[in-house]
Amino acid sequence: MEFNYTILILLLPMLSFLVLGLAGMRMKHKVAGAIGTTVLGIVAVLSYLTAYLYFGNGRSADGTFAPQTPWNFEWLPFTTNLHIDMGILLDPISVMMLIVISTVSLMVHIYSFGYMKGEVGFQRYYAFLSLFSFSMLGLVVATNIFQMYVFWELVGVSSYLLIGFYYTKPEAIAASKKAFIVTRFADLGFLIGILIYGYYAGTFTFTPETKMLVAAGGMIPWALGLMFVGGAGKSAMFPLHIWLPDAMEGPTPVSALIHAATMVVAGVYLVARMFPLFIVYAPDVLHWIAYLGVLTAFYAAAVACVQTDIKRVLAFSTISQIAFMVVALGVCIGADTHEGLGYMAGMFHLFTHAMFKALLFLGAGAIIHAVHSNEMSAMGGLRKYMPITHITFLIACLAIAGIPPFSGFFSKDEILAACFQFSPVVGWMMSIIAGMTAFYMFRLYYGIFWGKENKELHAHHTPHEAPVSMSFPLIFLAAVTCVAGFIPFGNFVSSNGQSYDIHLNAQVAITSVCIAIVAIVLATIMYLKEQQPIADRLAATFKTLHQAAYRRFYMDEIWMFVTKKIIFRCISTPLAWWDRHVIDQFFNFTAWSAQASADEVRGMQSGRIQSYCIWFLVGALVFTLMLLLI
Amino acid sequence: MNYLQFFDMSAEVSLIALILIVFLYDLFTEGKERRGFHALTCVLLGLHIVLNVCPGEETVLFGGMYQSYAMTNIMKTILAIGTLLVFLQAKNWLRRDDTRHKEGEFYVLTLCTLLGMNFMMSAGHFLMFFIGLELASIPMACLVAMDKFKHESAEAGAKYIMNAMFSSGLMLYGISFVYGTVGTLYFADVPAAFHGTPMQILALVFFFAGLGFKLSLVPFHLWTADTYQGAPTAVTSYLSVVSKGAAAFTLLVILTKVFGPMVEQWQALLYAVIIITITLGNLMALKQQNLKRFMAFSSISQAGYIMLGVIGGNDLGMTSLVFYVLVYVAANLAAFTVINVIEQKSGKVDMDGYNGLYQTNPKLSFLMTLALFSLAGIPPFAGFFSKFFIFAAAFKAGFYLVVFIALLNTIISLYYYLRIVKAMYITPSDAPIAAFRSDCSTKLSLALCTAGIIALGLVSAIYDGIHLYAFGM
Repeated sequence: MEFNYTILILLLPMLSFLVLGLAGMRMKHKVAGAIGTTVLGIVAVLSYLTAYLYFGNGRSADGTFAPQTPWNFEWLPFTTNLHIDMGILLDPISVMMLIVISTVSLMVHIYSFGYMKGEVGFQRYYAFLSLFSFSMLGLVVATNIFQMYVFWELVGVSSYLLIGFYYTKPEAIAASKKAFIVTRFADLGFLIGILIYGYYAGTFTFTPETKMLVAAGGMIPWALGLMFVGGAGKSAMFPLHIWLPDAMEGPTPVSALIHAATMVVAGVYLVARMFPLFIVYAPDVLHWIAYLGVLTAFYAAAVACVQTDIKRVLAFSTISQIAFMVVALGVCIGADTHEGLGYMAGMFHLFTHAMFKALLFLGAGAIIHAVHSNEMSAMGGLRKYMPITHITFLIACLAIAGIPPFSGFFSKDEILAACFQFSPVVGWMMSIIAGMTAFYMFRLYYGIFWGKENKELHAHHTPHEAPVSMSFPLIFLAAVTCVAGFIPFGNFVSSNGQSYDIHLNAQVAITSVCIAIVAIVLATIMYLKEQQPIADRLAATFKTLHQAAYRRFYMDEIWMFVTKKIIFRCISTPLAWWDRHVIDQFFNFTAWSAQASADEVRGMQSGRIQSYCIWFLVGALVFTLMLLLI
Repeated sequence: MNYLQFFDMSAEVSLIALILIVFLYDLFTEGKERRGFHALTCVLLGLHIVLNVCPGEETVLFGGMYQSYAMTNIMKTILAIGTLLVFLQAKNWLRRDDTRHKEGEFYVLTLCTLLGMNFMMSAGHFLMFFIGLELASIPMACLVAMDKFKHESAEAGAKYIMNAMFSSGLMLYGISFVYGTVGTLYFADVPAAFHGTPMQILALVFFFAGLGFKLSLVPFHLWTADTYQGAPTAVTSYLSVVSKGAAAFTLLVILTKVFGPMVEQWQALLYAVIIITITLGNLMALKQQNLKRFMAFSSISQAGYIMLGVIGGNDLGMTSLVFYVLVYVAANLAAFTVINVIEQKSGKVDMDGYNGLYQTNPKLSFLMTLALFSLAGIPPFAGFFSKFFIFAAAFKAGFYLVVFIALLNTIISLYYYLRIVKAMYITPSDAPIAAFRSDCSTKLSLALCTAGIIALGLVSAIYDGIHLYAFGM
């Protein structure tokens, strides 16, 4: 078998996790980092090789790339059809994800050499990175929904561990718990969805028999919808997004890897994975997902416009961009390449976004590394000090804003085209949100590199350019961002697997570029200078709105209210009372009666041998009588 | 008569040879020569186990007086292993000044009871069976009274022999009914004439009472606590495991093979006995402070669980019974080894004495915890699997209620087993048992038992292997 080696893609990071996790503390920092990085390097090479071989093999007779399963073993059999397998599935999207994950992960591994230098727990950090890479790779190559779920939880755990990496910081602990609890809560939906799916479709694989699905009728949309709840949790869809901004407490490279490029797009990947079922059996659910995506995209973009912590801005921008992908998948109206344009667009955007968002985060990391603060007020005018970071960050900003020829332009253009095809209202909404994206990204850019310099701080501690280990990933990702748009993505990934030539829709392209340019100009006027009268005046005029947006429209407070005031008080407290006073008392009574009867029966044990013999004889006679009577 | 037949009873013959060697060694050596006595005995017993480990096949000798199945041989091996483990843990005790001169007696007497059990298990005739039973009982009384200058030990011995006499008398009375109604005592011929007449029912119950005494089933159990408490700990552990295992297997074989036609009666009998044995044993164990007394009640309820393998009367029950005894050997002897070594080193046998043991002797506490977990049936230890199989066997035979009650009782048993764990790990103590190092033979015994507790549950081949030789009614 040609792809037998792919098992290494999973085994190597796991091995590296075990080695670093068990023996890491006895190693030197550099050795531990080198092990993790080398392993990821090999994994990246293998992933590229896989992609080369897989797409190089050409198409099968029906014009698609045939899925391959080089590994699959039955793990837990329930019935002949229903069994949980563990294996490796190669198809266009999983191969694409392999490339995304291994590339970004490798870059983050290299980058962390500089960023995490001298940190306590450096080895632990690399062990967790390996664990995450293993889990994420296992998730994307899953041959069935249950394997996906298993790895899904594993990425959740690694994310939890990495967010809470600085475990002496209370905020980091709180953030890691929040992330874990919120996503676990959402995963409950995922699990129920899987169980419903397994019950009605009779299998956990992605390709159930049609007759089972038809017979299941109305249950399949429920199953898929519930699965999406899990996806919404991981991919931070409104209103389950609350964990992602807080997750920025983790080390910045982790944010780049997990909370920008890979894990958070797991929900999108899930929808793409189940897309053939969604589009046939639950198109309505798919469209609702699109509406939710529009809402999320808008909400997050609005919040991002006023945040002052640069990682928070990027976090909300991530939420907004993921929502773009979700919308793209949601607006598909058919399975063929044209009607399913959104599928291709969503995947394309996933790919390009992973690269430029990782670049943005790594850039942000370099900046934070230089000024030791996340707040924009500590920055300003950094372009003089950090030229490489500046240029690469600008490239990423242009990409996310959708300016040609950077990669974001192409993918976003396809998404917008798909939206217009679905409904003009959605199309226009998304175009405006794309404009907002350009606006807040350039607000961020100017705030960091131009604007009012915090001279006092910088005099005290002059910002410096990042070391090579950090600037190399920036340059590499910037290069990818420049050229990725020209990849004929539709030829590899499309909704029904057949080749699709991407062609720019001139009208959509021109409109979106115009909007983006207007937004950038606006941002330039408002934020380029040291004095920013327009921005200040706007903030003063719409004080309430500004404040609300700054506080993320009070979503956290609403959740707090729902959990603490409603769920805890109205449900948990009575349940706790019932548990303490009724259930516990019942068991206390049982235990008490056992103890009491123990005292009673001890009377038999008199120590007198005569009475022992009498009991003996009486017992035998009673049994005899009993047997005679029955 | 063909005297070569003796060589077909290889387990018994090699055991007799072993007894003779140990006996002669004991007689003719003194002083420094006796230093290797313990090692020699253990090695020879190990050799005996290895020589007879092969299950072989069914053999009927001496015109049907002796009848041994492959499963009987497996059981003999298990019991011999149990005896070896008891010898290993007894070394500490046998090296004390007041017991040193009795070392040989201990080995000979113990091996004699083992020989008696072997004959009892492979008897083909009621008289043969009775002789085996007595051979297993009378030396046992000596063993119980081994520390005869101690008040409790002597009392325990007296109580044991009195009760044993009483039960033997009742059993013989029952056997006489068998002869009276059937006219023969050969196991092979009896079933044809069994119809469940009142006299035969009387015979069944009296016979059952006799073995019930050995198994300490309620209400024939009352001697257990006093005897277990008073006897030297090594003897207690032998009583609780080896003696019990032999009786359980014999009961199973005789009930299915001889009392087969009266299956409804003895199932009803077991039904009642199991429920009261498990429940009463558990309830009594709840409040015990003395660990040996506690283990006595725990072993009473364990005997009730073992009977779950008998009640179905099928091959599944036999497999699970043998497996249960095997696991019980490992777990119970592990617990007793710890109790024994602590008693020898510190003189403490009360539960309060174990407070804070984890602080001073963490390894010992850990092994004790494993043993108790296994006894309570917590996965992944062997005790869980043995309980599971034995429940499954009874469940398949249709005794749902009994299984349900047994399950409820495991919860109670969890409580009292965990009491010890709590004492060792959680309850603080001002004067915990001082840290000490165990000797090699105790360590070996503990290592073997622990390996058993862990491996028996995980290696399914063992259970499957036993099942190959199982038979039912």
